[in-house]
Amino acid sequence: MGLANSLNTPSRPLLVGLAGQQNAGKSTCFNMLTGASQHVANYPGVTVDKKTGSYRHQGSRVTVVDLPGTYSLSSFSLEERVARDFLLLEKPDAVVNVVDASALQRSLSFTVQLLEMEMPLVVALNMMDVAGRQGVDIDVSALNKRLGVEVIPTVGRKRQGKEEIKQAVAQVVGRTAGQGLRIDYGHLEAGIVVLAAQLAQSPLAKRYPARWLTVRLVEGDAQVEELISAQEDDAGGALACAQTIRADFERSQGLSAADYLVGCRSRLAAAIVADCVRVAQQGKRTLTERIDRVVLNRFAAPFFLVATVFIIYQLSIVQGYELTQYWWPILARGRAFIAALLPDAGLLVDPPLRSMALWMVDSANGLLNYIPVFLILFSLVAILEDSGYMARIAFLLDKIFHAFGLHGQSTLPFILGGVFAGGCAVPGVMATKGIPDERSRMATILTVPYMNCLAKIPFYTLLVNVFFVEHKSWVMFFLSTITIFIALLVARLLTATLLRSRETAPFVMAMPTYHAPTFFGVGQRVLERTWQYIKKVGTIVVAVSVCVFTLLQFPRLSDERMVAYNGQMAAAVTAFSSKIGTTRFAEQLHDPLHLLKVVNLYADYKTARFSAGNSAAAVRAIDANFASANPDLFILLKPGKESDARQVNSALRALESKRKSLRRAIKEAQIGNSVLGMVGRALEPVTRWAGFNWKINIAILSSFVARESSVATIGVLYQQGADENRNLEQRMGSETENSGFTPLHALAVMVFFALYPPCLATTIMIKVQTGSSKWMLFSMLFPTALGFLVAIGIFTGGSALGLTGIQMMALLYGLVVCLTIATYFTKKA
Amino acid sequence: MLSEIPSGKTVKIRRHHAAGATRQRLLDLGFSPETEVTVVRRAPLGDPMQCKVATCDITLRRAEAALIEVDLPVS
Repeated sequence: MGLANSLNTPSRPLLVGLAGQQNAGKSTCFNMLTGASQHVANYPGVTVDKKTGSYRHQGSRVTVVDLPGTYSLSSFSLEERVARDFLLLEKPDAVVNVVDASALQRSLSFTVQLLEMEMPLVVALNMMDVAGRQGVDIDVSALNKRLGVEVIPTVGRKRQGKEEIKQAVAQVVGRTAGQGLRIDYGHLEAGIVVLAAQLAQSPLAKRYPARWLTVRLVEGDAQVEELISAQEDDAGGALACAQTIRADFERSQGLSAADYLVGCRSRLAAAIVADCVRVAQQGKRTLTERIDRVVLNRFAAPFFLVATVFIIYQLSIVQGYELTQYWWPILARGRAFIAALLPDAGLLVDPPLRSMALWMVDSANGLLNYIPVFLILFSLVAILEDSGYMARIAFLLDKIFHAFGLHGQSTLPFILGGVFAGGCAVPGVMATKGIPDERSRMATILTVPYMNCLAKIPFYTLLVNVFFVEHKSWVMFFLSTITIFIALLVARLLTATLLRSRETAPFVMAMPTYHAPTFFGVGQRVLERTWQYIKKVGTIVVAVSVCVFTLLQFPRLSDERMVAYNGQMAAAVTAFSSKIGTTRFAEQLHDPLHLLKVVNLYADYKTARFSAGNSAAAVRAIDANFASANPDLFILLKPGKESDARQVNSALRALESKRKSLRRAIKEAQIGNSVLGMVGRALEPVTRWAGFNWKINIAILSSFVARESSVATIGVLYQQGADENRNLEQRMGSETENSGFTPLHALAVMVFFALYPPCLATTIMIKVQTGSSKWMLFSMLFPTALGFLVAIGIFTGGSALGLTGIQMMALLYGLVVCLTIATYFTKKA
Repeated sequence: MLSEIPSGKTVKIRRHHAAGATRQRLLDLGFSPETEVTVVRRAPLGDPMQCKVATCDITLRRAEAALIEVDLPVS
C-alpha cells in the first residue's frame, strides 16, 4: 500500500514505529515529529510505557509509537521483547530507526537487526552535531547506499530533519522484503540458507521473515523456539536442524554460534563505519572526556556530587518554600471564591454541603501549595537527566547502592522522593521505570516511600518546635538521614528474602555524552511530572478526603449535647441583644437572619484583616473592599467615633469569640465521637506501648490519605487557647505538658511517621509500577509493622532505660548507622 | 580478566565467560572478541569501572568485567 492508496482510505492512519538504542535521542525525535499530541499508556500486561503521538503529512494522519530503547532485539529483557513484539505483530507501515551518529558502530548493529526483520525502514541519523564536534565526518550518501535505505541526518534537539523524515516515511510505506543489505553469516551461511528455505514453506513464514526466524533459531532465541514448537507439522524438524547447524559449527570452529552471529553483525557494522566515516583530529580529547576528567576525578567527584545535591536542596526546597508565600494567597483566593458560592455558614453548625466542600478544597490546597517546589525540583532533575550527569551519579554511587541490593539508577527515584527533606513519592516511584534490573527496581519502589516527602515536613516541624526547641537542627538532621539508612537496610532485607528470586540484569550501560539540555525537553518533562502530581491531588486525595471527612463527622453528636451547645449560644445572643438594646441598630439586629449575616461578615472581615498582617496598604484595600460591598454594615466592622456603632462592635467581638469557642468545642467533641475517633481510642491500649494517645492515632489514621491532613487534624484536636491567638505549637505544648507527653513520645511519633506506609496515592502508583495488588498491600503493611516496632522500641525501651528524647535519638541513630555500615561490608549470601 | 587491568591501559578482548543476558548486553555494547578496550577509570569507591570501546564509554561492574578474558597489555 503506497501513500496514494492511503490517501484514499483516510480512516486508517499510517502506523510508524520509532525504534533505536537508549540515549540515541529517540524521545527528542519523537517530540520533534509529533509535537504536543502525545499519549502515554502501558503495553498490554506489562509496566513498559507506550508513548503514542501523531502528525499529519500530505493530508494523511500518521500515528507514531515510541518503542522502548534497547541495545538489541533479542528476547533477554522485557523492553526488548516489547519492542520486538510490536514490530512483528503490529506490522507498522514504516519504522524510523533513530541512530546515534556519535556512536555509529554500536547503533548500526541494531539497524542491521531491523533490516533482518525486513522492516520498511528509514534511518534518522541523529546527533549529527555531537558527531561533528567529535571530529566524526559521516558520508551520508555512502551510508545510504551501503544500507540500502533512506538515511536522514537529523539534530533532534534543534528540530533539524523533521520534514525530511516525514517525506521519507511516506515513500517507504508499503515496501517490504528485499530492501536493504543482507548480512553474510560466513561459516553459518550455508546452513542458514537451507533451513530458511525449509521454513519458508511453513505457515509461520506468512507472518515472520523466514531468514530472520532461521537466524534466531540458530542463535537459540527462546521466544522463537517456542513459536516453532507451537507449530504442528515440521516444528521438531526445524528445531533439530538448527541444533545440528549450531553443534556442527561449534565443533569445527570452537566458538559459540550465537557469539559468531553477533560478531558477524558487529563486523558488518564496523565495515560500514570504516567505509562511510572519516575521523578527523584523532587523539584529541572530546569535551565530554575533558569534563569527566574533572567531574569524575577520584577526589573531586564526591565534592561535585555533594555540591549538586546541595544546590538542588537550596533551590527547590528552600527557595521553593519562599515562593509558596506568593503562591498561597492565590490558592486562598480560590478557596474564598468557592466559599462565596456555597451556602452561608450557620451560627453554630454549617450546612453539610459547605463544610464538606471546604474540607475538600482545604485538602487539595494543602497539596497544591507545594507546586512551586515541585516545578523547581523537577526542572533541576530534568536538567540533570538531559545533561548526562544523572548517569554519572549512578556510576559514582552504584557501589553503595549495589551493596544494599539497589542500583546506581535508584538515585533518581530517591532524589524525587525527597532524600533529605522534600519531594514526593509519586513521581519517585514513577521514575523507577528506568532501572533495568528487576530486583533492584522492586526494592527501589518499596523503599522510595521512606524518603521524607514534603508532606511529612510540617508534622516534623510542629513536633520539633514543641519538644526539641534547643536541638531543632540536630533532630531535623537525624530525621532526614536516618530514613536513608533505614531505606538501605530494608532494601537489603527485601532483596535477600522476598525479592531473592527476581530477575537481575547486568550493570552494563553506555555513558551518554554531555548535552546542553533544551528548554522544550526539560519543560515537557517538568509539566508531565507536575501534572501527575496535580492529578493525584485532583482525584485520589480529594476522593479519599471525603471518606475521611465522613469518618470524622459520623455518627453525629447526640441531640442532648447539641441542645446544650445551642443553649449556650442562645445565651450569648441574648447577652448581645441586651448590650446593644439602646443603640440605633437594635431593631435591625433583632432579626436572627440579619444577625447571622452580620456575624459572618464580621468573621470574614477579621480573617481578612488577620491574613493581611501589618501592612497598612493591605488593610486599606480590605477596608475599601468591605466598605463598597456592604455600605450599610461597614460602620459596625470599623466603627470610627460613633458611640452606637462602637457599642455594637464590641458586643459583636464578644459574640463572635463565644461562637468560635463553641464551634471548636463541638468540632472536638464531634471528632472524639466519630468513627475515626472511636478507632483511635480503641487502638490506644496497643499504641500506648509506642507512646501514642488517641489524638495522635487519629492524626496517623487520617494521614494515610495524604500526610498533609495530619497537621490539620492535630490542629483541630489541640485547639484550646486558639481564641487567644496562640499558635498550634504553643497550644500543643501547654496541653501536653499537663498530659505528660514528653520529647520521648514525640520522638516515637516522628520516627513512626517517617516509616509509616506511603500515602494512598503512592500505594496506587506502587500498584501501577509493580503490576500487583499484593505488593501494594505489602507496601502498606510492612512499613506499619516496622514503624510500630521501632516506635515501641523507642518509647518502651527509652522509658525503661530512663533516657530523654534526645538521648534516645542519639542511641537509635548510632545503632542504625552501625547496622548499616556492618551490612555494607557483609558479603551477600 | 578485564577487571584486573589498571586504569589507562588498552587491551584486546579474547573471549567471554558470561552467559545469557549479560553476554548479550556486552556483545551489544561492542565488547566482542578481538575488540580493543581501554579502561578509562574506576568510580571513587573502586567499582564500577568505565571503559572505552570504539567511540563509546561503557560502565560495568567489577563482577561483569571479571567475566571478560583479555590479552595482557603490550606495554
